[in-house]
Parts: sequence; structure tokens; C-alpha cells
Amino acid sequence: MQKRTVLISAAAFAVIAATTNTWAQAHPQSKLKVGFMLPATGTFASLGTAIDNGFRLYVAEQGGKIAGREVEYVRVDDESDPSKATDNVNKLIKRDNVDVIVGTVHSGVAMAMAKAAKESGTLLIVPNAGAAAVTGAMCAPNIFRSSFSNWQPGYAMGEVAAKKGHKRIVTITWKYAAGDEAVKGFKESFEKNGGTVVKELNLPFPNVEFQALLTEIAATKPDAVFTFFAGGGAVKFVKDYAAAGLKKNIPLYGSGFLTDGTLEAQGADADGLLTTLHYADNLNSKRDQNFRLAYAKTYKLQPDVYAVQGYDAGQILGIGLNATKGDAKNIQGFAQAVRAAKIDSPRGTFTISKNHNPVQDIYLRKVVGKENVMDSIASKALADPGLGCKM
Amino acid sequence: MDFATFLIQCLNALQYGLLLFLVASGLTLIFGIMGVINLAHGSFYMIGAYMAYALAPAVSAIFGGEFFSTLAVGLVLSVILGYVLEWAFFSYLYEREHLQQVLMTYGLILVFEELRSMLVGDDVHGVTVPEWLNGSFALNEVMSYPVYRLFMSGVCLLLAIGMWFVFTRTRLGMMIRAGTSNREMVQSLGIDITLLYRIVFAIGVALAVFAGMIAAPVSSVYPGMGNSVLIICFVVVVIGGIGSIKGALLAALLIGLVDTFGNVLLPQAAGVLVYVLMALILLWRPNGLFKD
Repeated sequence: MQKRTVLISAAAFAVIAATTNTWAQAHPQSKLKVGFMLPATGTFASLGTAIDNGFRLYVAEQGGKIAGREVEYVRVDDESDPSKATDNVNKLIKRDNVDVIVGTVHSGVAMAMAKAAKESGTLLIVPNAGAAAVTGAMCAPNIFRSSFSNWQPGYAMGEVAAKKGHKRIVTITWKYAAGDEAVKGFKESFEKNGGTVVKELNLPFPNVEFQALLTEIAATKPDAVFTFFAGGGAVKFVKDYAAAGLKKNIPLYGSGFLTDGTLEAQGADADGLLTTLHYADNLNSKRDQNFRLAYAKTYKLQPDVYAVQGYDAGQILGIGLNATKGDAKNIQGFAQAVRAAKIDSPRGTFTISKNHNPVQDIYLRKVVGKENVMDSIASKALADPGLGCKM
Repeated sequence: MDFATFLIQCLNALQYGLLLFLVASGLTLIFGIMGVINLAHGSFYMIGAYMAYALAPAVSAIFGGEFFSTLAVGLVLSVILGYVLEWAFFSYLYEREHLQQVLMTYGLILVFEELRSMLVGDDVHGVTVPEWLNGSFALNEVMSYPVYRLFMSGVCLLLAIGMWFVFTRTRLGMMIRAGTSNREMVQSLGIDITLLYRIVFAIGVALAVFAGMIAAPVSSVYPGMGNSVLIICFVVVVIGGIGSIKGALLAALLIGLVDTFGNVLLPQAAGVLVYVLMALILLWRPNGLFKD
């Protein structure tokens, strides 16, 4: 008896679910469900908030609607935990039936999301995670990235270092995907321009005991050092580098995250450091100033690179859906429109490559006080090679 | 590696080893001597580091003197915190299974992380060291060594000697050790074991907080910092032999040595070398280096 009741209600539920589903497809004017899968707790929580804020700012500027459809948000905290990522993303795809997924910060989690999105065909816009594979081996017509690939800032810095006349360079990073990819990009362009990477130093993620490797650097006496660290590790590395007396003898170059969101803690030890990234604190363009003003007004916070990436995730969604008249299932039409678009971002105009990563200017920035001040454009319209992408 | 570099690396190893002992010292007390599996040790360390950052402005406004008055205030607060925690939670755990201790202390990690996020936020912060410790001296033409690191090493050494003295040479130490081997017997000899344990636990928490405060200027202050030291602390206590202060010091120094030279000579395996060391030592001596 009881079993039968369960069966009947399950069947009824399935019928209702199926009908609502077709109804949603048949009426593009229904609400657009955006699924945020972002960190709300843990180390990356503040990054998740910035992305969320940026995205909502864009939607608010469009009057709360994208392609005529009102936007409804569903949030899942991904906890930056790759082991929970598949479950979490399936909640959005299967339970909440979202039209588009926006996320995330952590590369390992983003990989699981890309896999699930590739299988289900749901639109995915990655607003931070720089892992090469997202727009490389894992690439798909429905997967886009509004941020960067780890390779891009590294590659741009390689050109800068070679132009400054450095010949022998030591690299140091955590032994994990983001660090490896940044160093790979750096090495590629630095050696192409006549330099040599004489030593690649690594330590296990997330170790922060740098003293032994700093001693190695001092013993090698290179012309300069290139590094990729982020968050707490970046703070400690910059401070230890200065405390070991290396800063005044061997110039330090880094991928931009070395000095993003960390300057308050690094203090004077970061002064004058050169880093490369697709955003800087004083781009002085009208577009950027308007964005910063609107963001500060809405959230009583200063925007950062993550807010820009969230905002641009919104722009990509807007461009694609406007072309398909709000139909999130028309992947081909969506992708075509996004690839053809010039995206008017606060970071400067960028386009989307055929493997769906931004083709963008990478800025050389210098730390002055508490800001990453734009020095020059290190690499113009730089495109990630997207190795392994078959699309 | 030339001889000068080798010597500098030895200095690094020694300094890292002493720092590890400092960080693990609270766990030596609570896990090693009292026998409570305390996963929240990392959280106490984190609380210390955040105290060094967040209390500094208020403390220097009221008492003056930046770093050391903050240290003193932090220590007092941490003893109170430890005392209250023992009274409210841990005192119920001594007779329970280890699994229940693991569950509760894991719960505490989550609570403290969330409180930290609510009170101080999720940003990374730096802590400045007092002016007279801020200098550095040259080791060779490129490299110099920060004075503060030497100061930390000195503090660790003093602490190790102090702990060893209290636990092996004083009446208080004798009572605590007796309490671990047989609670009822100690009680029947007229010693207030409940109060004694409460005090020891409070000291254990204070040591972890102290380590966090001392390490804060070097390690910087960031979310999740407690979890990063937790495992290595357990490794120190287990290798050293549970309950042995001498053992913990030796284990910390060994790990410092293996980690430092592992990073330089065998970078591919640097992540696992410490655990290989632990496995080897436990194969050779299942109870750790020193077991009373």
C-alpha cells in the first residue's frame, strides 16, 4: 500500500516535472534561472562575493532582465572543495534545472563543473578559475570563461623580463596546476626571446616555508625571479623575499595575483613589485571609472579584478541570450554571437577566442602604495593557445 | 651546494624545526600528556594569529607598547578561553571514546572558522614586528637573515627547556603525569584532578595561541591557516613519542631538517618526505622516539 503511494506520487511528480520543463522551453519569456556555484565560505569567500556582486551589477544595469527574461538566482556554496563539486553542480543542473551556471574560483572545482556541463549541455560561464583545460582539453561549445588562463599573465611577463635584458631567471611556485601553467607560459615567451630559465623551484601546495628555497635562489644568483603565489602564500612569500634581503639584489616579477587583494598585508615589502594581469587599479578609462563608481555606490566596497570578471560573465550571458532571443538551449546561436562580439569590459575591450577564453590585453602593473598602478600594456590582445581543444 | 650555502640551509632547518616545536607544544600537552585528540589545535593557533592582528590597535591604545603588550593580553584571554572550553566541553570527554573527541573537536574547528569569518572577515593580513626586532644581518653578499627569526628560535628554545623542567622536575609535573596514568588513584590521594586538568588544558590552549601570536609576523594571518599546521603538529607529537617533550623537540628538529633539505635536493618528493620519515620511525619504534 505504502509502496504504491510512493510510486504514484513519484510518477505524478515526474509528469509535473516534465511538463514544467517543456513549458519553460516553449515560453522563453519565463524567468531566467542563473545558478551561482561560488565559494561562500573558506579562503575564497570574498572572491565569491565579488563575482556575485559584479554579475548582479550588470543585471541591475539591464533593468533586472536579460533578453527580456527576468533573472532569478540560485546559489550553491562550492566550499572550494573538488570532492563535493560534482554533487554540487548536479544540484544546479538536475534539481534546480538552471539555464546557466556561473562559477567558480577554484580550478579543481571548475574542472568538475566543466565536465558536468559538457555532459548535460548546460551553459557554463567560468568567472575566475584559470586552469588551462577549461578552455583546452575540456572545451565545449557551451563553456565560456570571462577571466583569464593561468598561462596568459605568465606569457606576458616572459616578454617583459626579456625586454628588460634579463638572461638567467629562476622561477618559484607551488607544485600545482595554476603555478605550473603560469611558469610554463613565462618560460615559453622568455626563452623565445633569448633568455634561459636556469632553475624551476617548487614546493608542495599550500606549504609556506620558503626559507630553504630562498637560500637556493641566493646561491644561484639569477638576474631575476619569476613567481606565482596567491592569497596567504603570496603575502608570506613577498615578505620573506624582502626579509631575506633578496628584494634589493634580485628583482622579483610575478603573475598579478601575487599583489592582488594582498597589498594591505604585504605593506612596504611589496613596494615597486612588477606583476602582469588583465586588470589594474587605475586604468583611467571612462568605462572603468563608471564601473568602479557604480560598484562602490551599490556595495559600499571597492571593486577588484574578481568583480570585473563577474560583471563580464554577465555581459557574455547578455550578448549570447540577446542573439538567441532569450533561448538558453540554442548553444550554437549563443556561441556564434559571443565569438563575434567585442565585449566592452571595464578592463578594456576584449573578444572571445574560438576556444572561448578572453583574447585580452595583459597589463604590466607596478605596486605604488596600496595600488597596482598600470605601467604599460605588456602584451596586446593575447590569446591562450588552448592546447588540446577540439571544437 | 657549496659549504656556505649548506651552513645557511642548516640554520634554516634548525629555525624551522624550533618553530615546529613551538607550534606543536600545545598539542604535546593536550594530546600527548592529557590524551585528548584535539583537532581544534590548529584553530587555537589561528585564534592566536588573529589576536596578534586584531587586538593590537586596541591594546596599544589602552596599555601602550605594541607587540608585547598584545602578546600578554592574548595570553590572558587564551587561558580564560581554555579554562572555559575545558569546563564546558572537554571535561566530559576524558572518559569517552576517541571518536567522540574527534567529532567534537572537529565541530569546534567549524565553529571557530565561522566566528573568525564573522568577526574579522576573510582577508589576508600582516602583523608588524617591534622596531628593535625588525632588522636583519647579512649572511653573504646577496642574502641576509631577519633578526625576528632568531628571536623566535630563542623563544622556542626557552619554551622547550621550561616545559621539560616543569614536567619532569617539579611537583606539578609529577601530579599531571600521575593523572594521565591513573586518574582515580591520583584523586584518592587528595589531589583535585578536575581543577588540575582544567589548568593544564588552559595552558595547552595558551601555548597554541602563543605560537600563533609569535608566528603571525612571519606567517601572515589568513583564513584556514590553522588547518595547514594541524597535521604537521600531530606528526611531531607522534614521531616524538606521545607525551614526551624531549621527543617532540627532537622530532620537530628532524622534520625541519628533512623538510628543508628535501625541498632543495628532492623537490619532486618534498611533499611526502616528512610522512615517509614518520612511517620509517614508527616501523622502527612503534611508540615514537621517546616513550616513558
